Amino acid sequence: MQYSLGPILYFWPKNQVEEFYQQAMQSSADVIYLGETVCSKRRELKTKDWLALARELAGKGKQVVLSTMALLEAPSEVKTLQSYCDNGDILIEANDVGAIQLLSEQGKPFVAGPAINCYSQHSLHRLLKLGMQRWVMPVELSRDWLEKILNGCDELGIRNQFEVEVFGYGYLPLAYSARCFTARSENRPKDQCELCCINYPNGRLTRSQEGQELFVLNGIQTQSGQCYNLINDLAGMHNLVDVVRLSPLSADTLDWLEKFRENENGQYPQIVERDCNGYWHSIAGMSLATP
Amino acid sequence: MELLCPAGSMPALKKAVAEGADAVYIGLKDDTNARHFAGLNFTGDKLSKAADYLHQHGKKLHIAINTFAHPDGWRRWQYAVDTAVDNGADTLILADLAVLEYACDTYPQLDLHLSVQASATNTAAINFYQQQFNVSRVVLPRVLSIHQVKQLARQTMVELEVFAYGSLCIMAEGRCYLSSYMTGESPNTAGACSPASFVRWQETGQGLESRLNDVLIDRYQPHENAGYPTLCKGRFEVEGNVYHALEEPTSLNTLDLLPELMQCGISAVKIEGRQRSPAYVEQVTRIWRQAIDACARDSGNFNPQPTWNQGLEAVSEGSQTSLGAYHRKWQ
Repeated sequence: MQYSLGPILYFWPKNQVEEFYQQAMQSSADVIYLGETVCSKRRELKTKDWLALARELAGKGKQVVLSTMALLEAPSEVKTLQSYCDNGDILIEANDVGAIQLLSEQGKPFVAGPAINCYSQHSLHRLLKLGMQRWVMPVELSRDWLEKILNGCDELGIRNQFEVEVFGYGYLPLAYSARCFTARSENRPKDQCELCCINYPNGRLTRSQEGQELFVLNGIQTQSGQCYNLINDLAGMHNLVDVVRLSPLSADTLDWLEKFRENENGQYPQIVERDCNGYWHSIAGMSLATP
Repeated sequence: MELLCPAGSMPALKKAVAEGADAVYIGLKDDTNARHFAGLNFTGDKLSKAADYLHQHGKKLHIAINTFAHPDGWRRWQYAVDTAVDNGADTLILADLAVLEYACDTYPQLDLHLSVQASATNTAAINFYQQQFNVSRVVLPRVLSIHQVKQLARQTMVELEVFAYGSLCIMAEGRCYLSSYMTGESPNTAGACSPASFVRWQETGQGLESRLNDVLIDRYQPHENAGYPTLCKGRFEVEGNVYHALEEPTSLNTLDLLPELMQCGISAVKIEGRQRSPAYVEQVTRIWRQAIDACARDSGNFNPQPTWNQGLEAVSEGSQTSLGAYHRKWQ
């Protein structure tokens, strides 16, 4: 099993990002995704900074992937995407079909990110023909769904032509909107957001009126209210999953990476009673299935 | 500019035709479309009757097959495409790469529109679907501002369709899993958002409560209008403040933007609401027909009549309407 660090989904100051990747460089992560995937106004690091960071990490033996924005609206955002796609040697994670278009035009391989809608072996087959190397399963799908897709891929004779990655730890990206919910939570219009996301390094928690944790507001992205955690499900991933993704939080992510490795065969399970894992078990995502 | 109206039943379809729809869109009676609700949609005999009725009246039939095929249900999506074609659909509205591929390869002459569920919001994505599957039209998600809609219209040769009126989905469609996070079922996997089977109403000492899979979505005082607990429209708490953290219960109404939409060459305006009653379809179609005709006659002096907006508000969610993301300030 390989482990990846997903792109940082939150808006952190530049020095915090750099500090995180200095530690990530020393960690046991096999694959590191980086880049801004949520909001084009978050420019603590510019495109050239991300590219420089990517090359530095690659120099340390990490497999590096540049992740691209999920919701592309303005022409300027497509232009930035184009500059990522033109970078030369670094693999790209496409989180919008627009990225697949720009990459496949150049005959470049790509990772199909979790925001690409691929729900069957037939869609996956099409992505493969377009240059997909690795498929990150949409977060709402289950182990059962994955197994059916991979059986279908066996029948199509394409099972060995791509890798499978699963989002295994962190707050799930669940939705993207035109509206900035963090700005709204501070009573600001999006155009005068003052980049307020930078004040919430793990997003802003939203509860029901009964205090139940429901969602995390992260700019235009809405995340799960509970941390998704598949650490106790790793043993059931063998022969299905090649890469497990941990989505960076402001603390402890790299400690969790080591715990994941230790429990790869189920020998060192963790208590995760505040977390959720429902999607993997074909039930409501917010639920927690216990063995 | 085409007026495209929804129908979940034959009576609704007839009302749409009677009030001046240019085309009507419907779904089949299964999870191949994103309004998979009990008692709704078309099958077998009713499907061919719907097609015949529309064609006799010189109108077009669009069939939405806009969910994502399941790994063990591929035949169902293929069958939906075949059935739609066999029964005389003029256009299919599709979202899934595999379903697009199948329809494009099997029926090369068939007119394909890209569903809003495919979430194409930029020129690169639009080019992708046009080049890969020869789609003739793209339905734009309700996340773009009017400025962005105009930019896209300038940059693409593909026809564009926008949502004009109806329930306001505030997330990029086809990329929202909030419903499955709470219930296990989402538009993409089950063809419905906030499914009715998970809804519960309860009168309590603190007010009328609406719940979705036991999660409290909202609590209403006696003077407040209670709305369906679509999960993004509840009142939640963020650090001590209780408010509509994502969106108020409101409907989209773009009557004010009609001249701009017409001027930038939008090919069709779509009315949301296949799950709504024939009376809703009748009312909304009538008003939009009048508005489009008035605007086409003299767009420079177009002003939505107060009676039109009142008529639309009367059938709106929460009895209020919004320009949604088209209006930058909403964002």
